[in-house]
Amino acid sequence: MIQFQGVSKIFNSKNKEIRAVENVTLNVGRGEIYGVIGFSGAGKSTLLRLVNLLERPTGGKVIVNDQDVTSISARDLRKLRRRIGMIFQTFNLFNSRTVYGNVAYPLKLARVPRAQIRERVTELLRFVGLEDKAEQYPEQLSGGQKQRVGIARALATSPDILICDEATSALDPETTGEILKLLKKVNEEYNITILLITHEMHVIRSICDRVAVMENGAVIEEGTVFDIFAHPKQQATKNFISSVQNDKLSPKLLDILKQHHSGRLYRIIFKGGTTGEPVLSQAAKKYDIDFNVVYGSINELQGQLFGSLIVEFTGSDAEIANVVRELERTVELWEVVDHES
Amino acid sequence: MKVDWSTFWVRIVEATGQTLTMVFFTLIFSSILGLLIGLLLFVTRKGNILENRFVFIVLNLAINIIRPIPFIIFLVTISPFTRLVIGTTIGTAAAIFPMTIVASFVIARVVENNLVSIDPGIIEAAKAMGANPLQIIFGVLIPEALGPLILGLTFMTVGLIDFSAMAGTVGGGGLGDLSMTYGYQRFDGSVMLVTIVILIVLVQIAQYIGNRLSRLFLRR
Repeated sequence: MIQFQGVSKIFNSKNKEIRAVENVTLNVGRGEIYGVIGFSGAGKSTLLRLVNLLERPTGGKVIVNDQDVTSISARDLRKLRRRIGMIFQTFNLFNSRTVYGNVAYPLKLARVPRAQIRERVTELLRFVGLEDKAEQYPEQLSGGQKQRVGIARALATSPDILICDEATSALDPETTGEILKLLKKVNEEYNITILLITHEMHVIRSICDRVAVMENGAVIEEGTVFDIFAHPKQQATKNFISSVQNDKLSPKLLDILKQHHSGRLYRIIFKGGTTGEPVLSQAAKKYDIDFNVVYGSINELQGQLFGSLIVEFTGSDAEIANVVRELERTVELWEVVDHES
Repeated sequence: MKVDWSTFWVRIVEATGQTLTMVFFTLIFSSILGLLIGLLLFVTRKGNILENRFVFIVLNLAINIIRPIPFIIFLVTISPFTRLVIGTTIGTAAAIFPMTIVASFVIARVVENNLVSIDPGIIEAAKAMGANPLQIIFGVLIPEALGPLILGLTFMTVGLIDFSAMAGTVGGGGLGDLSMTYGYQRFDGSVMLVTIVILIVLVQIAQYIGNRLSRLFLRR
């Protein structure tokens, strides 16, 4: 649906060039919710704008719907843009137009007949739950309501793709949840491919199918959300994950654990199927050890369970070694000796 | 030699009419011209929808050259040009010409300033919807800036009443002319007082209308 093929974007400012996006290759499949995560300045916002050519790439190709966006005419580009809805962190609603007027505007641009506009706008406002706000102006709405208008406006011309520029970053946690739910609904009911960028890992965890991690203009890691959470390779990825998984051990926490637990501490990663099995108690029965879950969490990720626990084993070194060998067949684990940065 | 008010009020009415004529037509012409120049200045800015360095620099320079010249000097300086275009340098029509030129450039700057204050994200959103530059100008830029624009035009109108008084002194007629010839030069305080009161009333009315109109369009 959206393909980035070795895409780069270099900005030339006065005396230096800024490599905002460097040699990015990504494939966003039809019907997917694809998330790009990175800190501010990582280049994700620029990457997003390459899709509808708000920014023109300086290298590589961006292919949307089998069309190379960099080689089409200005007129075709405007047509293509009607197939790509866009929502923004700061909503960017027209303050001089009512809610109705905002949602109707892209349809007016597309020269849709008035009666049809009325029908479509009414339908969309119902979809986002704002049918009673049609005649209000943006200034009269809350942040969440503004973003709902933004979404309705982006969907007006029935696009195949919705691109979201930090769509929830200006919202409080509860409203963020509502907007994410709405985006999921957009994806499922209209089968719209969503490409979103964010700096919040919980956005990725809540609705994305796949994720790319960006740092300094480059994609450093990419995969399904489950795989990335289960096997993060890069440090930046690990940091993002620990921002939502409350399982990272700080030096202070490790000290406290070590004070209270004289046994050996292991981190155990449970994935998918293994979370349902009593692997720990089975192993404890088989060998002469005791175990004690001291820290960690189990979360749902894309419909699968994912757990990361710190477990204390007490018993002889030989028995513990046996247990570890046994457990390694079903789960990932390693001994925690130092704090995990 | 004081004026005889039983007959002089006719002159006052006539002069008020001339002032209003000058202000009204100047406002119409300069609003159109000023809006065009201001829009052009804005859209040709660096990084904007119709970026054009040459047009921007020329317009910017023109505004910066014309605006600081005291109006009464400008009026006299371009009088040969006024004669060429209007056919005369005396009378109301001859006053409207230089007033329109100066006011256009002032309005252009007011328009540009108000457009600059529009959130660029809103323009980006319109672009992302597939709007072309003309659609952005007329469908987004002007409506979004309309409230403050009207306040700017109101400010200009008050300025034009001032300009018209100066234009009067070089033969344009109007209240300024009347107050100079009959009031100042003949030491008749009553004429000056009456013209001042009328000018104040005109300014108040202009400001009132402007405030009401802008509130109608101000949506922030």
